[in-house]
Amino acid sequence: MKNLLIKPSKENLTSFVTLGGLLIFIGFFDVLANKFLNLNVTGFLPNKVSYFAPLIIGTIGLYLIRIEFSGNKLLDKINTNFNSNNLNAILTLIVIFALIKYIPPVLNWLFFDANFIGNTKEDCTGNGACWVFVKVWFNRFVYGMYPDAEQWRINSAFIMLFSLVGASFFVPAKFKKYILIFLLFVYPVIGLKVISGGDFGLKYVETGAWGGLSLTFIVSAFALILCFPIGMFLALGRRSQLPAIRYTSIGFIELWRGVPLITVLFMSAVMFPMFLPDGTYVDKLIRVLIAITLFEAAYMAEVIRGGLQALPKGQYEAAKSLGMGYWRMHFLIILPQALKLVIPGIANTFLALVKDTPLIFVVGLLELAGMVNLAKTNPKWLGMAMEGYVFAGLVFWIICYAMSRYSQNLEKKLSTER
Amino acid sequence: MSKIIELKNVNKWFDKFQALKDVNLEVNQQEKIVICGPSGSGKSTLIRCINRLEEHQKGEIIVDGKEISANTKDIEKIRAEVGMVFQQFNLFPHLSILDNCTLAPIWVKKMPKKQAEELAMQNLERVQIADQAKKFPGQLSGGQQQRSALARALCMEPKIMLFDEPTSALDPEMIKEVLDSMVDLAKAGMTMIVVTHEMGFAKEVADNMIFMDEGKIVEKAKTKDFFDNPKSDRTKLFLSQIL
Repeated sequence: MKNLLIKPSKENLTSFVTLGGLLIFIGFFDVLANKFLNLNVTGFLPNKVSYFAPLIIGTIGLYLIRIEFSGNKLLDKINTNFNSNNLNAILTLIVIFALIKYIPPVLNWLFFDANFIGNTKEDCTGNGACWVFVKVWFNRFVYGMYPDAEQWRINSAFIMLFSLVGASFFVPAKFKKYILIFLLFVYPVIGLKVISGGDFGLKYVETGAWGGLSLTFIVSAFALILCFPIGMFLALGRRSQLPAIRYTSIGFIELWRGVPLITVLFMSAVMFPMFLPDGTYVDKLIRVLIAITLFEAAYMAEVIRGGLQALPKGQYEAAKSLGMGYWRMHFLIILPQALKLVIPGIANTFLALVKDTPLIFVVGLLELAGMVNLAKTNPKWLGMAMEGYVFAGLVFWIICYAMSRYSQNLEKKLSTER
Repeated sequence: MSKIIELKNVNKWFDKFQALKDVNLEVNQQEKIVICGPSGSGKSTLIRCINRLEEHQKGEIIVDGKEISANTKDIEKIRAEVGMVFQQFNLFPHLSILDNCTLAPIWVKKMPKKQAEELAMQNLERVQIADQAKKFPGQLSGGQQQRSALARALCMEPKIMLFDEPTSALDPEMIKEVLDSMVDLAKAGMTMIVVTHEMGFAKEVADNMIFMDEGKIVEKAKTKDFFDNPKSDRTKLFLSQIL
């Protein structure tokens, strides 16, 4: 009996590791051969046993090399991290085998079998993705239906934005304030004027022609900047001592939170004009911006209120005892701390906002995802949905990941508990 | 000696519970009063009513000639003249010690930044933590935090200082450093109302002692009389327990 329940130990380490390693190797070899050589090494076994053979053999192999404190650093590392018991051994093998099985086809589709060269759908001869589609439509994906000759205006508006933001990181703290004020209050007007035109010899481009990634940025940026202060005041309003302000805030927040964004957008497009006097016309894009801003402000308000509630009462009392009134107390003491607390929540709301922008297609505005949708229905480019959505998804992911990283950095930078 | 604080028949309820019952008190300029009593006796509530962190429902509170009530328009102005030190320090954790001290002078008193910083350094020097000015509250010990809080209150150059159990949240070895700063302040002639259980401190600086129980002032006496010759049995019992 004792001989059957052989346990590996330091004495017979070498033989066990050799045997175990061999079994694991057989397991991997079986999977790899199956995958890449179309060769079933364990084909002589019954069907189901053959399917699970690499898992069983690999698990036995891992069992044999499971030795505590073997003295070999690599072996110890494998044992503690991947192979601490039989269940973990099996899970480790399943994950590795699944990766071997499913990663190569994805890579093949994305790169190795993909087509990059050419100008028409017919140039895509391989089995993989047809990136020619994205290449040909790239201009539209970025600028929408904005006239080609005027696209430098969008470029210059965004270059100005990025250089201002970039400058705010490098200039001394004294000037930061002014750049921020300029960014928040002056730049939006200039930027919009440059893009929409109509004056200063710039050709007027109606908002219906705006689109693509640049529209994604425009909608997100405006909604982000505007929803933040509105949400802040709503959060303060909801905690106000004055019933009129408190109930107005509660009503506003609950109204917007209770309605799906797509409904809000529909209403902004269809119902809102009915309330306006005849002949007045509010631009579609403006209506959408207001709708998204108010919608997100309601969410922002609740996130910020969470931070306000997390602050101890003593902070309010200390501020009051120093002679601060309501506004000074909130802007100097309470909000800086509360906002710092809820950076993860704010980032969450902002990310959700960016990813909600494609919904503006319901009023006929086509940002990046909308343009992809449009392009894939072009008769010359039918069947390119996958490439388009993968591209759009990747772009959104990059934007959102950058924002997420920024919020994490901000959290670290503002932390005073060193 | 002129009156600076006057309380007449002050009553305060928390819902049904009556926290203060007909409290009468007069405090002269430069007077030091120590309030003691069992927990829940209304000591903290009393001094928090003086700068209206709590609202009283009946009676009159007059601070520096101005009545404090729901109709007081510029309660902030009165609060700016009444400094307060809390049991839990309540420093602003997002600001450095120096900024904690300069914030209110700059924004409430409209003092130029440079002047406010000089004043803050003077007061931090006074409580002997000038070398910690650039640190954040979370990096200091409890005693250092409480002294910073004292310096912060002093930067508003208050006429009156209120202390709400300033040493109750401190480790024993840190109590002394805070009390030393308070003794210095008392010697400099500040009007002080201190809620504390530190009877050694009370004997050293207090002009008058007040003993409170169940929302009432049970006994008010000169410090020497209070400890040597307490009149009420309740006071005797309390003193026998804590001395």
